[in-house]
Amino acid sequence: MFHFSNLVRSKGDPKIIATGPSSLTAADRLARGLGWFSIALGTLELLAPHRVTRALGMEGREGLVRAYGVRELLTGVMTLSVEKKAGLWSRVAGDGLDMATLLGEVRPSNPRVGTVMAALVMVGGITVLDYLAAQDVARQHDARRGRKRLYFDRSGFPKGVTAARGAAALPRPTSTPAAT
Amino acid sequence: MKALVWHGKEDIRCDTVSDPEIEHPRDAVIKVTSCAICGSDLHLFHNYIPAMMPGDIMGHETMGEVVEVGSGVNGKLKKGDRIVVPFTIICGECEQCKRGNFSVCETTNRNKHLAEKVFGHTTAGLFGYTHLTGGYPGGQAEYLRVPYADATHIKVPDGMTDEQALFLSDIFPTGWQGAAQCDIEPDDTVAVWGCGPVGQMAIRSAILLGAKQVVAIDRIPERLAMAEAGGAITINFDKESVVERLNELTDNKGPEKCIDCVGFESHISMAQPDSVLDRAKQMFMLENDRPHALREIIYVCRPGGIVSIPGVYSGFSDMVPMGALMNKGLTIRTGQTHVNRWTEDLKQRIAEGQIDPSFVITHTVPLAQGPEMYRAFRDKQDSCVKVVLKP
Repeated sequence: MFHFSNLVRSKGDPKIIATGPSSLTAADRLARGLGWFSIALGTLELLAPHRVTRALGMEGREGLVRAYGVRELLTGVMTLSVEKKAGLWSRVAGDGLDMATLLGEVRPSNPRVGTVMAALVMVGGITVLDYLAAQDVARQHDARRGRKRLYFDRSGFPKGVTAARGAAALPRPTSTPAAT
Repeated sequence: MKALVWHGKEDIRCDTVSDPEIEHPRDAVIKVTSCAICGSDLHLFHNYIPAMMPGDIMGHETMGEVVEVGSGVNGKLKKGDRIVVPFTIICGECEQCKRGNFSVCETTNRNKHLAEKVFGHTTAGLFGYTHLTGGYPGGQAEYLRVPYADATHIKVPDGMTDEQALFLSDIFPTGWQGAAQCDIEPDDTVAVWGCGPVGQMAIRSAILLGAKQVVAIDRIPERLAMAEAGGAITINFDKESVVERLNELTDNKGPEKCIDCVGFESHISMAQPDSVLDRAKQMFMLENDRPHALREIIYVCRPGGIVSIPGVYSGFSDMVPMGALMNKGLTIRTGQTHVNRWTEDLKQRIAEGQIDPSFVITHTVPLAQGPEMYRAFRDKQDSCVKVVLKP
């Protein structure tokens, strides 16, 4: 199997022949997808806010869209990090803000009200995905999973703790005393 | 053969890879009988240490049976020998090896130029631990090529089980070095931050080396229970103030010796705002390390005391209280473990029944379950403290 990184290996190093199951769960993969979506949307909102405001009939609110872009980038980075649970819940909160903003644009005077309605449906769908991913990630990585055991019987000292105290601080005998 | 292969952040897979081959006369190949997941493997799992490449085989706690020997091994090993493989690859001939500073061997890092750029000087080659330290394939696999095998091995005596010997590869000598470099005296209080596998070994080493009292600091009940079983007084930092309790245990003077077995992934807690700030900065690549434990150690350590750091740090740590460190006259001792400096002595202590390092094993599973065990170990599920994999 060709793998780019095999190029950095020496002749005798093992190289990948076939890949097996991954430690990433389905929830982790969904979180990763949502994280990259967040980065892409955030970049668009930050760099081209006029396109967004024109499409939604909300000209003049470019500053708000840019701020939302920054928010998307921050939550995207967090969702792609090890702290993906916090990132996903931040996204759910952000989805709420997006929906509130879009609802404010559903008015008869807005010529793009149809686009706003479509955007609302899309944000609703993304919110469901964010919520499900957040729940699933929390469940998958919950420290309470599995049996709980305490290890009060694991001293590691076959002769007991009392005998172990200072045992290595004593000078070692130079020879073993002869058996009597 | 099967091996646990790094494909990216949190993405370890049990892949089929080609078998390792002898490529230098001093190489040997072993058939792995036992290997383990180390806490420092989690730094790679999280992709916090640079220079991992997709396709790298994980693992640096490995033992097995010699199946092939290069012509330059000169009789030091033969087919059928059972050996533990130290995580530091050593030549045994350079100036540093001759001084016993094996983890900074000047010869074995095959990507020296990278290490010199990052650290100023090269360190030893390590198994399965980034291309900064040689990019050597690791031992969470069915077979492992051991470079410089004539020096890089610890022979296992007859009658010693894999479980007793395996941790000579890393965590036992690492915990031991952490305690030994504290120069423990009979009146000393030794405080150990972090009750993971290295912390557990450091606690037992401090007990063996004769500390008056050993205090263990963590928040995970099963790890605190294991620490208590080993003779430590425990502090659950979720339930009580570490500083207040340590002062109470030392007549307000602080522990003479402090051991940081946490390293750069300190726990994040709203009760410790510096840990939250560290995490935010780390996320946006403004800081490599989260050194909350180290800050606390410097704050609480008795003036004139020793701070020992076996925990792994990766790069730059912010807001380390240098003023307290300097004005209190603290001595810092740290480093990757000079494994072979300690192993003959530790092997004898195991054989004599002074200590049995297998106490730390909580999970033994086939190699193929490795990917899910990385998750379980990281998430501290199923009371997981130490995972041993059987290829």
